[in-house]
Amino acid sequence: MALDDVQVAFRLAGGGTYTAVERASLRVADGEFVAIVGPTGCGKSTLLNIAAGLLAPAAGTVDIFGAPLTTLNRQAGYLFQADALFPWKTALENVAIGLETAGTPVSEARPRAHEWLKRVGLGAFGDRYPHMLSGGQRKRVGLAQVLIRDPKILLMDEPFGPLDAQTRQIMGNLLLDLWNADRKAVLFVTHDLEEAIALSDRVVIMSAGPAAHIIGDWQVPLKRPRDISEVKLDEAFHDLHRDIWHKLKAEVVKGYAMTEGA
Amino acid sequence: MSRVSLLSLQILVAIVTLALWYVLSSYPIFGHVVLPPFFFSNPIDVGNQVVAWFASGVIWKHLWVTLEESILAFIIGSIGGVGVGFWFARQPRTAAVFDPYVKMVNALPRVVLAPIFTLWLGLGIWSKVALGVTLVFFIVFFNVYQGVKEVSPTVLANARMLGMNERQLMRHVYWPSALSWMFSSLHTSVGFAVVGAVVGEYLGSAAGLGYLIQQAEGVFDVAGVFAGMFVLAAFVIVIDAVVSLIEKRLLVWRPEVTGSQA
Ligand SMILES: Nc1ncnc2c1ncn2[C@@H]1O[C@H](COP(=O)(O)OP(=O)(O)O)[C@@H](O)[C@H]1O
Ligand SMILES: [Mg+2]
Repeated sequence: MALDDVQVAFRLAGGGTYTAVERASLRVADGEFVAIVGPTGCGKSTLLNIAAGLLAPAAGTVDIFGAPLTTLNRQAGYLFQADALFPWKTALENVAIGLETAGTPVSEARPRAHEWLKRVGLGAFGDRYPHMLSGGQRKRVGLAQVLIRDPKILLMDEPFGPLDAQTRQIMGNLLLDLWNADRKAVLFVTHDLEEAIALSDRVVIMSAGPAAHIIGDWQVPLKRPRDISEVKLDEAFHDLHRDIWHKLKAEVVKGYAMTEGA
Repeated sequence: MSRVSLLSLQILVAIVTLALWYVLSSYPIFGHVVLPPFFFSNPIDVGNQVVAWFASGVIWKHLWVTLEESILAFIIGSIGGVGVGFWFARQPRTAAVFDPYVKMVNALPRVVLAPIFTLWLGLGIWSKVALGVTLVFFIVFFNVYQGVKEVSPTVLANARMLGMNERQLMRHVYWPSALSWMFSSLHTSVGFAVVGAVVGEYLGSAAGLGYLIQQAEGVFDVAGVFAGMFVLAAFVIVIDAVVSLIEKRLLVWRPEVTGSQA
């Protein structure tokens, strides 16, 4: 997957435009786990929407497996930042729906959905509606909902953002386990640098907006398979964290200044 | 407050009110009767009238007519409201063209339509059904329109990423959302269906609760008017209870409904 010189401008309600992202280029190889970190409001979600084909760039190109992306990205699964489960469907129906839309008969889709619910540790929660699940459980249903379609590319937008520290760690390990089984290309957005390093092969830093772009790119020299809590004790983890944070701090401060000034 | 004490207090209110009514309409206080029986009747006479209606069985015919008109008005109004609501929500241009006319018709006090409906449809049930339909239609229409418009953009984006085509979006996203809005206004729309039927009967008919009240009024039979009102109130309470049951079953996935149950 390749994003080249992508630019995004939003029309503002009061007239005028806001250039959220400008000349952003990013490449994700097949089977690679890339994390994007940046200050809030810099355009991380926007970049994912571009990669998903939900938003068309004003300039630049997006290529998926060598072919330019013009419509919705059919190869991608997208785990949204906000709650995106269908509130009127049970957990099981929510997971099964991605297969049913593709023409799989319900009698076949439901058992497979149940398998996936078990895989994310929610085997007994199939008949619960989303509002009867905790935030972490909802995210796990969301993960199963996306993964059951077996997408080649996985886009994740701060999937563990609203969860508490322990749940995040459990979810992170769960994600790594699932990803290890069949390495998909992953684009993982987070504002948590530690999480980014612990999970990914590469960490990419975005500048504060407007006209945000990519300002740094680090390989993560940690071996796999990893356990998130153990990896954080590693010497290499700390060195990398210090390096990246040095660069990121300036952007975070800038990001704050922008929002304060606005 | 426990259920039992709440219930006994509620019954106490009824007993005190009836007792006051009886005393004030039967015994002179300081030389004159506060509630002259000619205008206020008294609970005994009203009770006797209700019992007489049920004993002789005449009331069933009138109840049935009112129920039939209400149900027809509700069904026809709902079908129309759902259809037009969907159509307008999915065709913003049509909605914009018709917008001022919809507002105009909705602003009209429906009572003025009753004579016209009688003229067109005669004194039978259909002129009452038509009056009810004009009330139910707009409630359902506005709610369905809102329901389709207010689908969460994230849920919609998720549905598209999960591979839904336009037809599947209708079935799995817009339709449930619209229905949930419609059902949340079920009490109001069913109530208005009854209002339409009774008002229509009152203004000119040969059967129904509204007719019964109107007849009693015509011969200054105050006991008959009050008796009609009590039967009507009981009728509405029963219908409302049925609606609550249906609602509870259909909206299990909604946090508010199950929340109030617990
Ligand atoms: N529809 C929109 N209209 C105008 N501005 C938008 C819109 N969506 C996002 N933005 C702006 O674009 C910037 C990037 O947003 P986003 O990608 O959501 O940031 P984040 O990095 O926190 O995910 C923000 O400054 C936001 O205010
Ligand atoms: Mg975001």
